[in-house]
Amino acid sequence: MFDPTWKLILGLLSGVAFGFLLQKGRVAKYEVIVGQFLGRDFTVVKIMATAVIVGAIGIHALLPSGSVALHIKPALWSGILVGGTIFGIGMALLGYCPGTSVVACGEGRKDAYVGLVGMMVGAAVYVFFYANMSLLAGAMGNGGKLTFPQLTGTSPWMWIIPIAAFLITLGWLSRKRKPQLV
Amino acid sequence: MKSWSPYVVGVGIGILSWFTFLTAGNALGISTAFEATAAIAEQQILPDMAATNPFFEKKLPKIDWGWMLVMGVFVGAFISSKISGDRGSETVPPLWAERFGPSSMKRLAAAFVGGLLMMLGARLAGGCTSGHGISGSLQLAVSSWLFVAIAFPAGILTTYCLFGRKKQSHV
Repeated sequence: MFDPTWKLILGLLSGVAFGFLLQKGRVAKYEVIVGQFLGRDFTVVKIMATAVIVGAIGIHALLPSGSVALHIKPALWSGILVGGTIFGIGMALLGYCPGTSVVACGEGRKDAYVGLVGMMVGAAVYVFFYANMSLLAGAMGNGGKLTFPQLTGTSPWMWIIPIAAFLITLGWLSRKRKPQLV
Repeated sequence: MKSWSPYVVGVGIGILSWFTFLTAGNALGISTAFEATAAIAEQQILPDMAATNPFFEKKLPKIDWGWMLVMGVFVGAFISSKISGDRGSETVPPLWAERFGPSSMKRLAAAFVGGLLMMLGARLAGGCTSGHGISGSLQLAVSSWLFVAIAFPAGILTTYCLFGRKKQSHV
């Protein structure tokens, strides 16, 4: 029922840092999330891309030492196709993602609290109909815990360096442009 | 400061992911905790259903590291917004009101339905913006890049359906 106390405390502390950063990043605001989908505000993409580059470099640098292990989610094809689509529709309606809903609640946003209730109901529906849900998720097979380096037999750096170079260039180019007014 | 550069925040989250991998052997993720909470609640309220539900054979819902992470996110956001006075008190965001009017009921109904769909989708796909979008992408997981490639366009299409006709309406 419970993890050991030291692990619970670590989780709480990591969460406080995560929540603090997301709040400072202004991503728990309806205008910012919807603005990203409308192509008017690129805060979400900037934060995610930077986190992915920095995270990828660190984790893959640590990997050979054995101090970290990968935690890959299985490629349940139809689960990701159907789930990803429903997720995108729901996120556009709510205007927050799961993490930033919790942040928006911390900021005191009432619509986020109602969204959180909806999220709990959504999770309950998933658990209640788990038998059907797992059939749907696995209907097109399970690719397993695949990564691009594994799939292609290449070094992870063959992926990280080009992705980082591409995203940094993109960020640099958009920096030169005058900020667009909504 | 009310807000930081998105690049500073991104670097912070990237470094935080090193920390969680190193200290707890976990990746940042939010939606699993919702699943665990719902499962524990259903186990208490509907024990007969839980006894025959294969969910409980496959998974062991518990109050774990990831559950406390979500609690922490709330606390961290509360502290940050209190310190800088960046509190959101309005029920209807201005951009929503501009398009759909000032009705709170309308906004809250959309928030409820949106939240429900979003979490159902996250569990079907096995993760959300954090678990797939950030943690999975940085590990170069095929599942996670596919999730982003599907969820993001779905969000864009939905938003354009909701806002695209803005100029024609209410003229």
